[in-house]
Amino acid sequence: MKYIGDVLLIISGLFYALGGLGLLRMPDVYNRAQAGTKATTLGTFSALIAACFYFPSWAPKLILILVFVAITNPVGSSTILKAAYKSGLKPIGMKEDGLNDFYTEEVKDGSNELS
Amino acid sequence: MINIIFFTLIGLGILFSIYRMIKGPTQFDRVVSLDVINVCIIGVLVIIAVVSKNELYLDVAIVYSILGFLETIVFAKFLEVRS
Repeated sequence: MKYIGDVLLIISGLFYALGGLGLLRMPDVYNRAQAGTKATTLGTFSALIAACFYFPSWAPKLILILVFVAITNPVGSSTILKAAYKSGLKPIGMKEDGLNDFYTEEVKDGSNELS
Repeated sequence: MINIIFFTLIGLGILFSIYRMIKGPTQFDRVVSLDVINVCIIGVLVIIAVVSKNELYLDVAIVYSILGFLETIVFAKFLEVRS
């Protein structure tokens, strides 16, 4: 029982570090928010389940925190990115058309693949 | 030993987020890194509760997660109205 908690704790720390690394290395606000939010959500899940394995009598409060994080973390990220998109921040590698919307650039020889 | 490895890794994540918060080109980068730091601190509080064998830190983690969500939404609405 304790060793499962140890393994989950190491996985959790690894995903937190990867989330910070994605926040550091990605080129754009949208990529940064996606990398950071996804990785840290999984890290929080792993840490809470590891605490469940260490102390099984704390399970109701831990499941409450888990459900709350699972609901609110994507909602917060989506709200920030919606505000960024409405304020006219351009995604990297895309161009703006006449309707203030963004589209990807086409390849010259007619194929639909992105360069 | 496991706890030391965990706190080192999570401190690395928070350090990268603080670098992005200082350097970030736009204001949305700073709000996103603040969101990531809030989620990291929830994990830290839960593991502090495990290490010190005290259940009181879980209540702190619940209240902190609610306040962090509220903070993110308020910052997003503020920046959306302002721009």
